[in-house]
Amino acid sequence: MQDKRGKLTQRIVILAFREGRISPTELCRKCLNRIKKTQHLNAYITVTEELSLKQAQESERRLLRGVPKGPLDGVPFAVKDNFCTKNIRTTCASRMLKDYFPPFNATVVQKLLDQGAVLMGKTNMDEFAMGAGSIDGAFGPVKNPWSYTELYRTLAGPEANWVITGGSSGGSAAAVASLTSYLALGSDTGGSTRNPGALCGIVALKPTYGLLSRHGLIPLVNSMDVPGILTRNAGDASLVLSVLQGHDVKDSTSFPAPYSPADLPEKLDVRNICVGIPKEYHALGLSPETLAEWSRVADLFEGAGARVEQVSLPHTQHSIVCYHVLCHAEVASNMACFDGVEYGHRSKMDSSTEVMYATTRHEGFNDVVRGRILSGNYFLLRQNYQHYFVKAQKIRRLISDDFRRVFSAGVDVLLTPTTLTDATCYRDFTQEDNRTRSAQEDVFTQPANMSGLPAVSVPTALSSRGLPIGLQLIGRALEDHKLLSVAQWMEQAVAFPSISVHDTFTESSDTI
Amino acid sequence: MSSMLGSGLKVNLCGGSVLEFCSVGTSRTDCDKQPEPRTKSAPQQLVGVVGLEIHAQINSNTKLFSGSPVRFSAPPNSLVSVFDASLPGTFPVLNRRCVEAAVMTGLALNCTINKKSYFDRKHYFYADLPAGYQITQQRRPIAVDGVLTYSYFGGKKRSQMIRKSVQIKQIQLEQDSGKSLHDDTRGQTLIDLNRAGVGLMELVMEPDMKSGEEAAAAVRELQLILQALGTCQGNISEGQLRVDANVSVHRPGEPLGIRTEVKNINSIRYLSRAIDYEIQRQIDAVQSGRTVQNETRAYDSKSGETVPMREKEGLQDYRFMPEPNLPPLIVYEDNASLPTGIDPSQAVVVQKIKDRLPELPGVKRDRLVQTYGILPEHSFTLVNEDGLMEYFETLMKITQREPRKVIGWLTNELLGHLKQRDMSVSQSPISPAHLAELLKLQETGCISSSAAKQVFQEMWKSGGKTASQIVQEQELGLVHDTAQVHSICQKVVDSHPDEVDAVRNGNKKVLNKLIGLVQKETKGRADPVLVKELLQRMTQ
Repeated sequence: MQDKRGKLTQRIVILAFREGRISPTELCRKCLNRIKKTQHLNAYITVTEELSLKQAQESERRLLRGVPKGPLDGVPFAVKDNFCTKNIRTTCASRMLKDYFPPFNATVVQKLLDQGAVLMGKTNMDEFAMGAGSIDGAFGPVKNPWSYTELYRTLAGPEANWVITGGSSGGSAAAVASLTSYLALGSDTGGSTRNPGALCGIVALKPTYGLLSRHGLIPLVNSMDVPGILTRNAGDASLVLSVLQGHDVKDSTSFPAPYSPADLPEKLDVRNICVGIPKEYHALGLSPETLAEWSRVADLFEGAGARVEQVSLPHTQHSIVCYHVLCHAEVASNMACFDGVEYGHRSKMDSSTEVMYATTRHEGFNDVVRGRILSGNYFLLRQNYQHYFVKAQKIRRLISDDFRRVFSAGVDVLLTPTTLTDATCYRDFTQEDNRTRSAQEDVFTQPANMSGLPAVSVPTALSSRGLPIGLQLIGRALEDHKLLSVAQWMEQAVAFPSISVHDTFTESSDTI
Repeated sequence: MSSMLGSGLKVNLCGGSVLEFCSVGTSRTDCDKQPEPRTKSAPQQLVGVVGLEIHAQINSNTKLFSGSPVRFSAPPNSLVSVFDASLPGTFPVLNRRCVEAAVMTGLALNCTINKKSYFDRKHYFYADLPAGYQITQQRRPIAVDGVLTYSYFGGKKRSQMIRKSVQIKQIQLEQDSGKSLHDDTRGQTLIDLNRAGVGLMELVMEPDMKSGEEAAAAVRELQLILQALGTCQGNISEGQLRVDANVSVHRPGEPLGIRTEVKNINSIRYLSRAIDYEIQRQIDAVQSGRTVQNETRAYDSKSGETVPMREKEGLQDYRFMPEPNLPPLIVYEDNASLPTGIDPSQAVVVQKIKDRLPELPGVKRDRLVQTYGILPEHSFTLVNEDGLMEYFETLMKITQREPRKVIGWLTNELLGHLKQRDMSVSQSPISPAHLAELLKLQETGCISSSAAKQVFQEMWKSGGKTASQIVQEQELGLVHDTAQVHSICQKVVDSHPDEVDAVRNGNKKVLNKLIGLVQKETKGRADPVLVKELLQRMTQ
């Protein structure tokens, strides 16, 4: 059951439910089977099989009685393992929390459950969301489903190593891309939702900061974190956004959502749209293929009558450095609660409280986390605070101002690449350390986090290796709906192919 | 904590001699050696400089950033929300009541209220600090630049009212920590998080004080203000008000000396003693050529000394950082300054709080002086003794007696009895109504003043008997019957011819002896006016 572009979307499923062509329980079982068949992807840390089936059965009863809880009733979803799930293990892919069962649900998780959506499991990630490859977690790396397509096998050769999903929400992206879930929650601090979204060929939305509650999202950088939405198309993202957005008393940085319909306009007239192409995004390391894709899509916009303009965001070059200073400083602070006293890992070395703290934190965190804590604390030292933290914040303001200037000059959306290249082979990716990779991978994505703006990655084509290439649209604050409307237009214009997977899960794309 | 003494080259202009401290201070004999020729020749004596950091627990139903109830002595860890335990993914939600309490306190202390203030994280690892940082207001606190005026009885006889003031540098909102209980036998530390996250107002008082007495008076005045406002219950022994003293010594006109911080002070009396001990210790150190270490010292109430506390290794760097999960704290001047879209019931409006300010202790005292025509000293005692003013005013409503007479009764008899037994006014076995009745009996001449004191003691002991009951039972009433008194007087005159002669010869003093003899006969119950009148007549 697919739409005309061969995609299994929520909407199709919802329609199928309504028409009785499939039941939530059947669909849940199929997803669980598919999860088993795609175990080698390592997309999930925890599969909540029993609970999923129970939820699906309840959903089925509601649908039979004709009283669904909401439009997403019965739709399978996956959640990144840094969102708290009540009495379900939440690890952040860290030894520190490997046996942690939170006593409450994250607000966004609760909202999906309140809709009757069916939780399939918790997805793999980089430890505490620190990374851009989904290879630095305590539960091993996530493999990109596109590594197993006939096309990739053919084009890249039999010797080709599997490619990474990008990160840090790689498990969520892989779950949606491998069709084991219809939507997934990721988190996006510097690009952690959009980056794997692009590399896995799905739609990945980073909403406006504060539009979605962060309550229950284990923080990386509080001032930049947003729950991300990963779906198979823009329309689905819009539906999920309409369910998740809004003020939450438990998150003082959240605010009420402006009115917007759940549905996107069928046909957007892009003649009224001005697309900005920021010249600073012609970054070092941008692959010729991605560059070509970027100009192809810009041309598509222009061809359809949109105004396409080159714009300048002059402070972009400083963004990634400042992002890292602010990120590490907040990491140092946010990670201070993991001391082994109230919850989480506690070392057996307990000759003194200080020794217990030190060994607990040494044993519980990986090198990446410990490294960021160390540098973050350095930036916050009294003698360094002005030089690093304050300076980075000032530049953050300038970066924000760049965007504001461009948008107030009439630009509706900015079109940029999401990543420098298509997905890298694991073997190659690990040649560089996490810090270098994070700096490279987040270069196009973190400015939107620095300025709180909504941004979405949309898959537009396959590379010469048969791997997805995604482009990013950045919109005005709180204009998430408009941003998704443009994303949908782009989606319709580029005709990105559906995943055609290798023998390990061949049945997946022809049936629901 | 602040660097309140650190940067200040503040000159202490208040006088104050070393000897003054000795008299209040410790029993050490060093004081006696003080006026040696060396010190005499020195132009100025060393004086103490005292600043205070006071943590006042905000009196609110719930914690500063969570909905957990606030209660003293609840079972351990029974008042802990997910946020209080710092479970990851939980965020602070500011309690408006706590903000209002801080604003109200700021207004009462004549502070400038910052319309926009910020929260910051102060990092340090401690077992009862679950987040690894405390949320406080380091960059811009809610209230700044206030002043507290206080008085105390000073002078040689402690009868002179001395009025002073201390600058309030700032009031900041911050979280309380939990409590650690060290089990030394098992080598364990037990954590109770009930207190973790309770709202605190940290008040920083500039080093404007120079003795334990002044600091104690300032803290008492603050305590009264907080209690009048209802923003803090102010009970020091329950830890609702915690006072740390920054103490240094210097010669007036010279830069401040190195300070120590004195902690672990759990009553106002100990505050005074601890500071005086510490000032003297530092003076001794300086005068014998030693240096004062910048350190934290704990007051040991048993020995009356301050002792060094175990220092944390190395210098603490709290790595302050803005709290990213809380927007700036905005308060509005009045309803007119509220931006559209802001619900007035959800906003903190300074004017509304100003309008709600209750009568503060200073105003109370002025009002008492004006209303009752009493001395400022009396008003001070009435207000500073817990519950005494209420007792007094209740009494004044039902008695016709002169306020000054009433105050005499309250300060001498009532307080005397209470103090002896370490009781508070609210525990008095004699109610204002009962005392009023006693005063009335005395006023109307039913009993003599000496009998009145006797009745008071009986009332205290009997617990509940009225004055007239006691007067009746013990036959303490004055005898007004002229015939009866006349016959007693006649008997005394008859049996003391020498004395009568003496009076007749002009020695009027001897009349008093005769009066005494009559009263002895009547056990003091004869109407003294009548007795005098009759005896005068008989001895003419």
